[in-house]
Amino acid sequence: MFRPYQIKQTVLATPENGKKGRRIVDTEVRTQIQFVKKGLRRKKISSTVWLNVMYLPALLLFIVFIFYPFFKGLQISFTNWDGFSQTYDWIGLDNYKRMLHDPNIGTIIKNTLIYGIGSTLFQNIIGLAYALLLNQEMKTRGITRTIIYLPVIISPLIMGYIWYFFFQYDGGALNDIILLFRNTPLNILADPQWNVWIIMFVNTYQYLGIAMVIYLAGLQTIPRDFYEAAQIDGASSWQRFKHVTLPMLMPSITINIVLNLVGGLKLFDVIISLTKGGPGYASQSLSTVMYKYYFASMDAGYAAALGNLMFVLISVISITALIYLRRKEIAG
Amino acid sequence: MKKSKKALLLLTMVISIIHLIPFYLLITVSFKPADDTSSKWLPPATLYLDNFINAWKEANLGQAFVNNILITAISVLLVVFLGACASYPLARYKTRLNRFMFVFFISAMIVPPLTILVPLYKFIVDIGGLNQPWAIILLHVTFNLPITIFLFTGFINTIPRELDEAAMIDGMSRFSLFFRIIMPLLKPVTVTVMILTGVNVWNDYQFSVFFLQSSESHTLTVALSSFFSQYVNNVGWVAAGSLLSSLPIIILYLFLQKYFISGLSSGAVKG
Repeated sequence: MFRPYQIKQTVLATPENGKKGRRIVDTEVRTQIQFVKKGLRRKKISSTVWLNVMYLPALLLFIVFIFYPFFKGLQISFTNWDGFSQTYDWIGLDNYKRMLHDPNIGTIIKNTLIYGIGSTLFQNIIGLAYALLLNQEMKTRGITRTIIYLPVIISPLIMGYIWYFFFQYDGGALNDIILLFRNTPLNILADPQWNVWIIMFVNTYQYLGIAMVIYLAGLQTIPRDFYEAAQIDGASSWQRFKHVTLPMLMPSITINIVLNLVGGLKLFDVIISLTKGGPGYASQSLSTVMYKYYFASMDAGYAAALGNLMFVLISVISITALIYLRRKEIAG
Repeated sequence: MKKSKKALLLLTMVISIIHLIPFYLLITVSFKPADDTSSKWLPPATLYLDNFINAWKEANLGQAFVNNILITAISVLLVVFLGACASYPLARYKTRLNRFMFVFFISAMIVPPLTILVPLYKFIVDIGGLNQPWAIILLHVTFNLPITIFLFTGFINTIPRELDEAAMIDGMSRFSLFFRIIMPLLKPVTVTVMILTGVNVWNDYQFSVFFLQSSESHTLTVALSSFFSQYVNNVGWVAAGSLLSSLPIIILYLFLQKYFISGLSSGAVKG
């Protein structure tokens, strides 16, 4: 591509023909250069600026549906708006203060963290184990991968219903087995001690496939020589895993952890279909409780404040994890 | 060696069967009448189809299917078109402004849509978009654009600039260059974006449940959830409805597996 600077150099490099001549040539050339420069610059700027028009529709959508609501949400969180009336009062930080005294907030945040961190842990451990298994040459590899990945494409809401048939109290598939061993069926979905873990389990089961596929791709990038070299050095299979596989997989680990954290922390559909957050607040997460305050309790100001808390929680946790893991990638 | 190979084979088979249990249960439940109290583990005695018929009628799944197809198709088309258009200047002209714009677009990925639910809902109500397909389509498009722009920009970066220059020397304008030369080259990443957005939008519940409240605007997931709260004891209907709603995407997945897995995973690789 032509650059104005290049032209300047080539023109000025013309041989000089004495004092008088040079001045004439100089002014002539200079005006020419300026002319060319101006023209080129104008043409260049205008063509790129015009091209930027191509992202204007996207930009407009972002401003209207993400950034405007985001700042509006900050504003609503400082009011006692009920969600439908035209008037509301400014109440300053009251919604945030209310959070500190909310008797359920502890449970809600704990649940949100269980959904986020718990799912992340299990998805990664099981996903990596499956990837190691399926990285071996065998006939059934393809079909197993297809089956493990299948839940990823199902709506999480429907996945919740499917597992409901498994865990439900009355005629649930799990209770059919339990009744073989004891007389009373388990009401596991209504048990506050258990249902949070059940929801985490369903989320893990559903998105395990993504972690597995990312690990499989990561495993395939590790050169065979590394293992051979380690074997020659007498490394046991555990040592090979620890000193070759894991460090080489660090980029995949980072992606999976950050991805699963965000996915689990904002979990919504599965909770709605399995327990609706109940009994009481026992399995609510920030996302479901926000929905409840907004639509059921007409408490939009508080719901907006909870939304902001969720935003801060998710971004702090995922960005911290990202930075920490990236650093490890480089160090390892 | 051979023995361990057999053990591995057995292990993968056991894992596959365990992972299929929920789907097996879904099928048995959806083929059993409500008065059949036999265990869900047992296959249905007869081929009982009333659950499907009732679910289709009661949950108004026909209408929901039409809505789902319409919303998904338009959202996917818009995401691909707007995303590809937006990515071209961002990838080709890395001026300070455009570098900033790129970061701006990508940073929207860290805003989980649910966190801004309250203001967003108010805004949609204010502009008269409640229960309107266009509103939910615009929302789907907006929230699927960041990853789309990310994928498209990355792909355009790998297309040599010489191609653009050659076309421009031949007298093509930037715009026709984009539509006639660059767009056709984007096919592989377009497939990825289509699958990613398509699956997201088809399965969406967390937006649709808020913004599509009237029964004629319901999509499949919303129709199923209101159906479920109504007929909580009739699991056969719910199962049949769930199976029907997932079937199109399952069939697509089985045929286009390779694209689904690589597409959904490359969508995941955004950190």
